[in-house]
Amino acid sequence: MSKIDDQDWLYTISSKRKLIDFNFQEIWRYRDLLFLFVKRDVVTVYKQTILGPLWYLIQPLFTALTFTLIFNKVANIETGTVPPFLFNLAGVSIWNYFNTCLTSTSDTFKTNAAIFGKVYFPRIIVPLSIIISNLMKFGIQLLIFIAFYIFYYFNGAAIHLTSSVLFFPLIVMLMGLLGLGLGMIISSMVTKYRDLKFLVGFGVQLLMYVSAVMYPLALMREKLPKIAWVVEYNPLAYIIETARYMLLGTGTFSWFGIVYTVGVTIAVLMLGIVIFNRTEKTFIDTV
Amino acid sequence: MTILKAENISKQYRLGLVGTGTLSHDLNRWWASIRGKEDPYLKVGSVNDRSTKADSEYVWALRDINFEVKQGEVLGIIGKNGAGKSTLLKILSRVTIPTTGEIKTKGRIASLLEVGTGFHPELTGRENIYLNGAILGMTKAEIKSKEAEIIEFSGCERYIDTPVKRYSSGMRVRLAFAVAAFLEPDILVIDEVLAVGDAEFQKKAIGKMQDISRGDGRTVLFVSHNMVSILNLCSRVICMEHGKIIADGPTEETIDFYLNNQQDKIANENFKNIDSNKEISVKEFNIMSKVKTGHVFNSEIIIHSKIEVLIQIAFTISTAESQPIYQIYSGHVGESFKMKVGDNKVKIVVDSLPLVHGSYLGNLWVGTSSLTYDFHKEVINFEVQEGAIRCDGPISSKNGYPIIENANWEFYE
Repeated sequence: MSKIDDQDWLYTISSKRKLIDFNFQEIWRYRDLLFLFVKRDVVTVYKQTILGPLWYLIQPLFTALTFTLIFNKVANIETGTVPPFLFNLAGVSIWNYFNTCLTSTSDTFKTNAAIFGKVYFPRIIVPLSIIISNLMKFGIQLLIFIAFYIFYYFNGAAIHLTSSVLFFPLIVMLMGLLGLGLGMIISSMVTKYRDLKFLVGFGVQLLMYVSAVMYPLALMREKLPKIAWVVEYNPLAYIIETARYMLLGTGTFSWFGIVYTVGVTIAVLMLGIVIFNRTEKTFIDTV
Repeated sequence: MTILKAENISKQYRLGLVGTGTLSHDLNRWWASIRGKEDPYLKVGSVNDRSTKADSEYVWALRDINFEVKQGEVLGIIGKNGAGKSTLLKILSRVTIPTTGEIKTKGRIASLLEVGTGFHPELTGRENIYLNGAILGMTKAEIKSKEAEIIEFSGCERYIDTPVKRYSSGMRVRLAFAVAAFLEPDILVIDEVLAVGDAEFQKKAIGKMQDISRGDGRTVLFVSHNMVSILNLCSRVICMEHGKIIADGPTEETIDFYLNNQQDKIANENFKNIDSNKEISVKEFNIMSKVKTGHVFNSEIIIHSKIEVLIQIAFTISTAESQPIYQIYSGHVGESFKMKVGDNKVKIVVDSLPLVHGSYLGNLWVGTSSLTYDFHKEVINFEVQEGAIRCDGPISSKNGYPIIENANWEFYE
């Protein structure tokens, strides 16, 4: 080790807290940990199961099938020219990504209390790794969507890709970041108020019904104009509607919706980072 | 060169509110107050002094801790349970932040607290080496270059591609220690890791830690209750009590201070109420210096007498389970002591204590062949540290026998 000047401290552990203490350099130094956490999450979930990663596909397939039977065949929700099953599969897959991001990140502090109580590493690595490993699961689910897409296409369904599909990755990223931001806010509050855990459980379920997952946004405006605003002010509804527009060429695309969603996502994410940073310093005393 | 500097570190915990604040607890408090009962959560989290009732809502787990660590120094931290050692290590390893004060460091700190946290049971030993190493702050390339050494040191070659959930607890500890031992931080923080593993592995671990500190000039902070490993490893020791540093200096001196400090307290507490009706009563009984197998045992009795009389003294020792095993009686060697009115001092010295390490209880009797003046059953509780009856290193196994003897061995061919 080279001689270091007496003033040259590497870092200081202090009682003072900055509002935003976001050290990119440090996170970059721990990139291998991020990668290993992602690998751990992906590899271990289905260890000692027979179907293994097939479970990733079974979940959205059966959910989409059920939705098709209940909402389209029984309740007669119109999906226009698009086959109802494909319509639901797209909505369910994207919704699932948000759902898993939110519910797993909101548990960050509680499930990792033992390890956080022993060693230091940038805590944000954990929610980041959850977002990324769920992205990989989403990728697998997207493959099955593509398979059905091709199947329906050659069977003469009226679906077409628009050039806007190039922006699809951005929409997925937006969804992930929104889940990350919300998850970080909730995870910080759960350390003190465990009640939130239960609220998240069924709250997310309710949220799905106002996020235009199994119906087009236009249908809500038409059938329930009085409470359609609940859906219209929900950024998730715009993400799902836009994603369907890109993939299936159905539904509406609104610039207002996109700008609004991006704005909300950035605000939620910033708030999440600030609260998360505050909590990570002392949560071990309150968990 | 100073590598680490702690300035006015204090950590405050709030009694009763630690980890609470949820509605159910608040309701419980409210219900208790309606019935006129004490707040049921007031006693939670009192770290500072467990035995006394809290008089304030707040407690200081650490109070104004100041110290510096030089590069290459192996600093031991000792103290009773609840002295604040682990809180200090938690702050050092950045798990929590201090309430006041600052710690400045010139090197990366990595901690090895209760090894094996972060192991994933479903992953194999090899995968866990990478995961655990990364958690402790190593990069993948660093771990790869040391993988073979780590596996060899752990002694788990055969199981390395088996999921860790099939490992015995000893194997887990070995593997975890091996990962951490090959960590190359500038400052390594270790808490009580050597308490686990078998004798062979403990020896290996201590040897490795000596290499780390001596060979590579690494700085190590080491918390333990095991005085033998502190003695073997550390060049300097800090002794803590009730969140404060009460001694800081060379290893032997600080350990002596700690052990004496602990024993004096035990002895003095038991003689608070002297029976004034007795003609002769024991006023004080202290065991001097630390007690070690095969070393000098030194104790001092102060007897208050109202009459002039010839007395004999017996000091008997029982195991912690109250099984009497050992007697030191002045009558056996024809000694008796002439008491004068007032305080009398008697010393008992045993040249080579034949008790192996462990906890013992002492009874004290004062009387004559026909009369008991004063008797205190299990009045002192003392700890015998590991020592040697000859000079071949500490006795580490008791084999169930509390008393050992240094016989003269002769071998005829």
